[in-house]
Amino acid sequence: MFLFIALPIVSVIVQSLFVAHEQVLVTVENCGPFGCTQETRVDREATAALREAQPLGRFNGLGTYVNRSHLATAELAQAWQSRESLGQFLGQVMNLPFYRALAFTLSFTFIVTPLVLVLGLAIALGVNGLPRLLRGPTIFFSLLPMIVTPLIGSLVLFWMIDAQGVIGATLQILFDDPNLSLKASPALTWLTLFVYGVWHSAPFAFIVFYAGLQTVPAETLEAAMIDGATRWQRVRYVVIPHLMPLAVFITLMQLMDNFRVFEPIVGFQAQASATSLSYLIYSHLRGDVQQFGSAAATSVLTILGVAILLTPVLIRTWRDFNRKRA
Amino acid sequence: MSTGFVVLWVILAAFPFVWTFWGSLKVQGDFFSRADWMNALTGPMTIAQTGAPFTGQGYVGAWIESGFWRNVLNTGIVVAATVTISLTLGTLGGYALARSGFRYAFWLLMIALVFRAMPHITLVSGYMLPFFEWNLWGHLPTAIIVLVAINQPFTLWMLHSFFLNIPKDLDESAMVDGCTRFQAFRHVIIPVMWPGVITTGLFSFLLAYNDFAVTAMLLSQENQTMVPKIASFLGSVQVEGNVMFAVAAVVSATAPLFVLIMVFQRQIVSGLTAGAVKG
Repeated sequence: MFLFIALPIVSVIVQSLFVAHEQVLVTVENCGPFGCTQETRVDREATAALREAQPLGRFNGLGTYVNRSHLATAELAQAWQSRESLGQFLGQVMNLPFYRALAFTLSFTFIVTPLVLVLGLAIALGVNGLPRLLRGPTIFFSLLPMIVTPLIGSLVLFWMIDAQGVIGATLQILFDDPNLSLKASPALTWLTLFVYGVWHSAPFAFIVFYAGLQTVPAETLEAAMIDGATRWQRVRYVVIPHLMPLAVFITLMQLMDNFRVFEPIVGFQAQASATSLSYLIYSHLRGDVQQFGSAAATSVLTILGVAILLTPVLIRTWRDFNRKRA
Repeated sequence: MSTGFVVLWVILAAFPFVWTFWGSLKVQGDFFSRADWMNALTGPMTIAQTGAPFTGQGYVGAWIESGFWRNVLNTGIVVAATVTISLTLGTLGGYALARSGFRYAFWLLMIALVFRAMPHITLVSGYMLPFFEWNLWGHLPTAIIVLVAINQPFTLWMLHSFFLNIPKDLDESAMVDGCTRFQAFRHVIIPVMWPGVITTGLFSFLLAYNDFAVTAMLLSQENQTMVPKIASFLGSVQVEGNVMFAVAAVVSATAPLFVLIMVFQRQIVSGLTAGAVKG
């Protein structure tokens, strides 16, 4: 089992250091009745033989990491030197595929996560106030967006927001703009993806908070009521502190899940205006020529990102665990 | 006020699915109506084209013409194998780890966390080139093994903490009565372990069923499972009416999940909260 985790990581690191072979070129002289011409051709057999012999490609060191489609150090330096304003520099950086994907991934992670927490808590409080009989069906319907395959869920929404689908058409009427399309502009696409993200993950926060609400001590709530706390004050000063550990847990899970956002981009066909790191890897592996080196380099950078994201959590868990044992 | 909010949320959560199910029984002209979205409800084009307010054209087209049944079959094989293998390994391994005395909990949790955090596609890109080289690429067993591997740390961790909650006295008393370790497991532990196994199995099922990254990259065209097939429906078909194939396929793929939640709602909820309460 451990091998299955370690091996692919080793494999991507090794792969990321290589690039595909260049094609073997041969120069042939064609002599005809009107003199000789020199022609450069691709020697297909030799290229194939070379690829066969060394499937990894040739060694490229860190070259793949610094080229234009990854960290793009040369382009960055150039843009920085020729900058006229900070805005223009940022604009140029955002044109580089890796930074574009990184920007989307990070904004998705840090915008969706807090919204999910808030929405989940609101739903949990609402459901907790329902009569017992209605809670079961409510939970059933709430689970749907989360359990359903992410790709399918995003497709369902994608068809609805189509200019000819129900939500898209309604929005056009509301804003009185027959050309309004959620797919056309990058800003609206980002917004759509954020909304999808919240819709997809809110049930998870809801279920965890709802379970937590069942354990809020009734005496404390009653004491607060006797002291004259309003409903809002009770939530603010009794319920929320009680749910804090759960909020940490949900945040952690959501950070991890949102950082690898991938399926919605395929489902919403949003790659033109929003790509994530996962999507970059997917498209490298998918293209006409499979660029294993590129995909691997992006993978390594993504793994580093995950590591940075997880370090505080791991340290905290380690401390908790030691405290428990002590 | 809060009731109104819950009602709004339920509508938000459920409406897209109801709408798509309803629309899958119409023709494309109604589901994507240029004139008026009310057409999707009443279906004048559907009546005009087929003579009835509902039509199964989308389903016939998807399941028979486009061969979606084969993908459903593949999904069935992959999911069944993944769940069976990871539960077998998970129960035996989880039991062993829980009774061994050493505190594996932390390391298991760490590995499970790391694996959960890692985007699956990064792992897939590591697997892909070796699989090409060894001619393993494109077969169902390969995808099953990868899915089991991705799933295993989580399964082990969950079953491990579940077995820790079964008192040790239970199997020790069986061993005092003359059972071997394995007999104690067979006759004493297996009868009481089902709640934990079912919950863990559900999550393995969802992982395998919902997976897109692994199955899309590691399976060849003829071995594809449902989810990548649906994605490929979109890329290739622009012909009038064929979008409805995808819609019908989506509804078909959602139906099993619907039943699953209905039957196992309690286990899903308890599984989701278990992690939070313990960890």
